[in-house]
Amino acid sequence: MSDTSFVRTEMLAPRPAPVSQVGAIKWMRENLFSGPLNTALTVFGLLATVWLVQAAAPWLLHGVWNANSLTECRAIIAERWGPEATGACWAVIRVRWNQFLFGFYPVDQYWRLFVTFAGLFLALAPVLFDALPRKLIWGTLLYPLAAFWLLWGGPIWGPVSVLAGFAILGLLFTALAPKLGVPVSAGIGLVVAALFWLYAAAPIEAALQSALPLALPEVDSDQFGGFLLALVIGVTAIVVSLPLGILLALGRQSDMLIVKSLSVGIIEFVRGVPLITLLFTASLLLQYFLPPGTNFDLILRVVILVTLFAAAYIAEVIRGGLAALPRGQYEAADALGLDYWQAQRLIIMPQALKISIPGIVSSFIGLFKDTTLVAFVGLFDPLKGISNVVRSDMAWKGTYWEPYIFVALIFFLFNFSMSRYSMYLERKLKRDHR
Amino acid sequence: MALASDPPKAGFRLSMLIYDTRFRSITIQIVVLLLFLAGLVWLLNNAYVNLEAKGKDFNFSFLWTRAGYDLAQTLIPYSNDDTHFRALIEGLLNTLLVSVLGCILATILGTIIGVLRLSQNWLVARIMTVYVETFRNIPLLLWILLMGTILAETRPVPKDFRLTEAMKAAGEEPKASMWFFDSVAVTNRGTNLPAPAFDHSLGVVDLGWNLPVSLNALAILAVMSASFWGWRRFMARAKAVQEATGTRPTTWWPSLLILFAPISALLYGLGFHLDYPQITKFDFTGGFQMLHSFTALLIALTLYTAAFIAEIVRAGIQAISRGQTEAAYALGLRPGRTMSLVILPQALRVIVPPLISQFLNLTKNSSLAIAVSYMDLRGTLGGITLNQTGRELECMLLMMLIYLTISLTISSLMNLYNKSIKLKER
Repeated sequence: MSDTSFVRTEMLAPRPAPVSQVGAIKWMRENLFSGPLNTALTVFGLLATVWLVQAAAPWLLHGVWNANSLTECRAIIAERWGPEATGACWAVIRVRWNQFLFGFYPVDQYWRLFVTFAGLFLALAPVLFDALPRKLIWGTLLYPLAAFWLLWGGPIWGPVSVLAGFAILGLLFTALAPKLGVPVSAGIGLVVAALFWLYAAAPIEAALQSALPLALPEVDSDQFGGFLLALVIGVTAIVVSLPLGILLALGRQSDMLIVKSLSVGIIEFVRGVPLITLLFTASLLLQYFLPPGTNFDLILRVVILVTLFAAAYIAEVIRGGLAALPRGQYEAADALGLDYWQAQRLIIMPQALKISIPGIVSSFIGLFKDTTLVAFVGLFDPLKGISNVVRSDMAWKGTYWEPYIFVALIFFLFNFSMSRYSMYLERKLKRDHR
Repeated sequence: MALASDPPKAGFRLSMLIYDTRFRSITIQIVVLLLFLAGLVWLLNNAYVNLEAKGKDFNFSFLWTRAGYDLAQTLIPYSNDDTHFRALIEGLLNTLLVSVLGCILATILGTIIGVLRLSQNWLVARIMTVYVETFRNIPLLLWILLMGTILAETRPVPKDFRLTEAMKAAGEEPKASMWFFDSVAVTNRGTNLPAPAFDHSLGVVDLGWNLPVSLNALAILAVMSASFWGWRRFMARAKAVQEATGTRPTTWWPSLLILFAPISALLYGLGFHLDYPQITKFDFTGGFQMLHSFTALLIALTLYTAAFIAEIVRAGIQAISRGQTEAAYALGLRPGRTMSLVILPQALRVIVPPLISQFLNLTKNSSLAIAVSYMDLRGTLGGITLNQTGRELECMLLMMLIYLTISLTISSLMNLYNKSIKLKER
């Protein structure tokens, strides 16, 4: 009885899983070849990728960076890779690098652009990352005027008097708001500041300029171009269109019939026409609607209309965010005794803006892409304006792909990082209490 | 003791216009209205003064004068002796043509890409992600210019397609060859396609205002819709028979007969054949040439908008929780019925509104046609007509009005749709 040798006393070591169920093979079976359709798709995808790489790789790899004309490029490629070989002539980017980036900005003034660009990051930092001290936000508020002065030059006292006007507005507002409420005190502040800008600013500027001449050489708007122009238009429009969009969205949600219909009218009109017609309005029509003899800068006119365009889209995005809030939030704010602006600032907007972040950022991306359209009103955007200038040079006649690829790459980097930042922001702000 | 709910005793004071919430909104509205009207009057007055100073007036009579310029692609007959108004209509039709075709193609491509991006297949999902990110993050203008350049620079010139006697004798092949059994030729000028032709044509009828309509096309359309209507009736009868008796009559061959026999007979009677493009000395003759300005714009608009539509479709599908599918299966619905009765109605509620706004975007973006010299509304009315007549104000306002009408029509239809499918809440 005791001899039960046919019963195993120790466990067998587990057998290894079949080859098809582990590692790379299992992964491929599950992800690439799980059925006839999937297999076909995989094969098709592989073929497409291989074809694309085969078509583009030699051209990219044969690229020439050191040459002074397209013919020279072709000679170098033919010498190196044989007479039939094709290759990219990146030399055009290297030689015309400054134009692609800065247009026709005077070379000896480039330091101003670098300072402005570095300042942009310093000014953005406290807005984007809340770990930084809050006092830095004052630097951010000063930045637009500083950037304007650095980019366009001229006496420093112009921006200073603009700043003084805002200071007057701010002081009056903080002094009057507790007594008169937000709209009235803001109105009084605006009127006083406007009077200051209209009548007091010019003589004060002149006096200060003669007492203390602080000025940078002036740069004309037609000297702006390339990515400098795209960034100037894009960043300004992005920064201004957000508050404007919020106001339009609030106007559209308002109970006041006239305010509401005006907001709806503006939003629907701007969204209903292509941006390019608004740009032509800036270049052709604005002269009809302004007092005779007024002629202000084309970039400024374009910025104003691009901002208006973006604001209408952002207003619709924010309206979506406002509509997504449960009515209880508005009722709770009322129940707490908050007035309209307090409720908006403390309860409604923080939630509505959080919901609308993806939409707002994609509006910004669209806006930045749309800055290329200014080529149609004669400004030198990097894509069409500058590329055409480069191609009009005999040495680079016929270079199509390289400028397009270069410009596409830069736009991609900017927009892709914007969309990734919005995803980071969404994750950071996520409050899921479900 | 005064209760908090007691009405204030004093009568109306002026300061109540600001402090009393009952009156404040009226005050604000009146101020806003006054400011708006003042601004409007200021703008109009400026426009009046400026027009006066330039010695111009504001009227649209220039629309009825001779245009004097030619258009490469026209949907209705046009010559340079026609009026500016006719040129405007040509431009508008070209805008609508590229927009409608673009919307259809972009929806098809976008849906495929959106579904494939959710696919289990790792490789295909990655490729589609790369596609979407590439097209969404790079300006549309670049895609239009790039397509124009690709078509114009990489395609052979028409004479490369020619096979001369000398080449035949030497046994050489022409440098370029046509596609699809020698029926389609893509040169650096345009795409040459076979065109439908009729031996016994019914002729054309003029609707007035030089709008010819081909009777052949009308006849084909009439026969096809009659066939379709008959087929619907036949299928309905088959269903009725099935429900009454339990057995379904054979439907496949009568269906084929009803759908295809009449149209085949008509086409045979009209002597229908395809007119293939033929290479002559310098260019193709016969067939139908589609200009590259149109093709490049259409391809670029389609590829660009498809990336956005793909994201919309993906979001729509992801918005429906798996529980819906499982619940439908638990109820015994087959996969096809689950899709059409449970998933699609819910997904479409998420998909359709942003989809329509993409259609609107595509229509508005078609105004970039100027980059490849496609003569759309902006090219005719806002381009050559504007430059020739010097009437910026009238041309631009009219153009904005037309675009606005298109947009508002589409978006009001969308609002109706939204209202009809809206979830009913408290």
